Amino acid sequence: MAEQTVTPAAAAAPPAEPAPPARSRFRLDGAFFRDNGVYLALVVLVVVNLVITPHFATTGSLRLQLVQVAPIIVVSLGMALVIGTGGIDLSVGAVMAMTAAVIPLYLGYGFIGALLAGLVAGLVSGLLAGTVISRVRVQPIIATLAIMVGGRGIANIVGGEIKSIRNDGFRELGSGSVAGIPWVVLVAVVVIVAVWVLMTRTTFGRYLMAIGGNARAAELAGLPVARVLTTVYVLSGLLAALAGVLLVARNQASDPTRLGQLVELTAITAVVVGGTSLSGGQVRVLGTVAGALLMQLITFTLVAHDITNSVAQMVQAVIVVLAVYAQVGTRMRRRSRA
Amino acid sequence: MSTTATPEPTLTPTGARPQRVQLVQRVQRQGALVVLVLLCVYASFQFDTFASGPNVRSIALQASFLAVIALGMTFVIFTGGIDLSVGSVFALGGVLAAWGSQHGTAVAVLLPLAVCGAIGLVQGLVIAKGGLAPFIVTLAGLLFARGLLLFISDEGATVYKVPAGSAFRGLAQNSLLGINYPIWIVIVLFLIGGLVLHRTSYGPTVLAIGGQEDAAQLMGLPVVRTKVLTYVASGLLAGLAGVLIASYTSSGVPIIGVGTELQAISAVVLGGTLLAGGAGTVFGTLVGVLLLQVIANVINQVGSLNSNWQDVVSGAILLGVVVLQRYLAGTTRR
Repeated sequence: MAEQTVTPAAAAAPPAEPAPPARSRFRLDGAFFRDNGVYLALVVLVVVNLVITPHFATTGSLRLQLVQVAPIIVVSLGMALVIGTGGIDLSVGAVMAMTAAVIPLYLGYGFIGALLAGLVAGLVSGLLAGTVISRVRVQPIIATLAIMVGGRGIANIVGGEIKSIRNDGFRELGSGSVAGIPWVVLVAVVVIVAVWVLMTRTTFGRYLMAIGGNARAAELAGLPVARVLTTVYVLSGLLAALAGVLLVARNQASDPTRLGQLVELTAITAVVVGGTSLSGGQVRVLGTVAGALLMQLITFTLVAHDITNSVAQMVQAVIVVLAVYAQVGTRMRRRSRA
Repeated sequence: MSTTATPEPTLTPTGARPQRVQLVQRVQRQGALVVLVLLCVYASFQFDTFASGPNVRSIALQASFLAVIALGMTFVIFTGGIDLSVGSVFALGGVLAAWGSQHGTAVAVLLPLAVCGAIGLVQGLVIAKGGLAPFIVTLAGLLFARGLLLFISDEGATVYKVPAGSAFRGLAQNSLLGINYPIWIVIVLFLIGGLVLHRTSYGPTVLAIGGQEDAAQLMGLPVVRTKVLTYVASGLLAGLAGVLIASYTSSGVPIIGVGTELQAISAVVLGGTLLAGGAGTVFGTLVGVLLLQVIANVINQVGSLNSNWQDVVSGAILLGVVVLQRYLAGTTRR
């Protein structure tokens, strides 16, 4: 946290903490664009779409966008927590697949039973990743890469082919709504608020950022580093599983082979585009949400104008690199200025 | 390292330690070889067909594609980096080769190498010059190469065929002295890899960068150039593996290569290369590749297990090996 970024977290911090000096002077420099670029880009893209995309501003279209982006937001927030610790979680897609594989097996126990079974898959996977990373100190990328491949295999073995889900609970969750707001979106909103509270109002959030800033220092200061790290990976696993549940509910089907493929990349992109640094020490909750919305809107815009999926993928790849480059670039420039 | 004076007093209290360190290092280096030999002995007693000529040949041939990719990954991991794009680049190379084979063998070989080398070059430049984390850049590379490959193959709907009678088919299907060309290619490439590591200035530079990049920079080693070269080589080798698989299967299948990056990384790590970079051998990677292929073969022989078990086993093995590495590293550090 050496750098003085005005994160939503910092802005909402208790008044006991003095505001970082960068806040007092408003400067339209690289750092400003790095911290707020995602919101600007989102606004610009919305305006562009209002002009060039027919039927963009209809309720149906907006609703569809939100329903589609909701699971991505949920996964991305878990990823944001992990990245805040300086780690990475490549296993989220496989966790979603495992959740999808488990759900049909426990439908006999009703909606709640199947839902819990799905979440347990995420819990176990996150616990394994967290333990190996925090206690044995294996690099996060390798530990979660192993789970990514192994988990997808387990999902295929357990789940097999695509199965349709016939259950009132899942149908309601996937396509029902309260007061006009789809359940899926509501779940995402609850997760956003919960993660925001976790990061801004709890000791756990402070510990998480301290560990991401400097794990060694955090350890020497007596913080429960291993426990916090394990919990973070468990949370990421649980949120990925929840996203899997939402997707299964929305599709009314479980497809362990395809569900969640390349989601890890989309989630990482959302987090990075949202202004969270890959080197850890900071978690931008609202930025991540905006990042997920932005990526969804970019894909939508391309597809709505008959640009194929493959090109959309390439565009996404370029955006990832540019977003990370912009971050590393401004940080380097700032360091050289100081 | 102490070459001078006072051997007696220092040796006595620490006498047991060097032996232990040596043992640990030997386990680290040769563990995969021991497991490979044991597994082969077990499998040849358990399954009649395992040690038969055709099966051994099939294992070697199947392993050769991964071996080519893993060789590139070895050098990338030596530098302390990682290349997650190899699976997609491998598939892209295959599709480009099959498409190019309609215009002659030279196009079929050179076009994929040029495109895959270029992808490696861009990744290397962004990593080395831009200072971006290798995993995020190559993860984007994974997505980009897969997107490009889908774009070429009409969103994955078209599978390009290598024309019948094309000389390009011979590249991987013909054999010399009863051994298929891809296996020869692997042997030659690994010999070159060994020579590059031990007999050129590039080898030690790669290891120095992986050991401590800042120190390598301060020593005046060409850090940027070496890293870029390493990613170019990784892209080229993944592309070459794609060329070979296209020639072998006479087609460019868009869906191959998913999860290949993990297999390559597993092979490298199994071979005793430290993931943190700075240490390892080229030969170990070859052993790692063979071990993975033998495991896959044994899983096939069991029959009741489907190919998904391969993913589970490779994931479990990788996790097991890195955990073991950490413990071994812990014992040597003290």
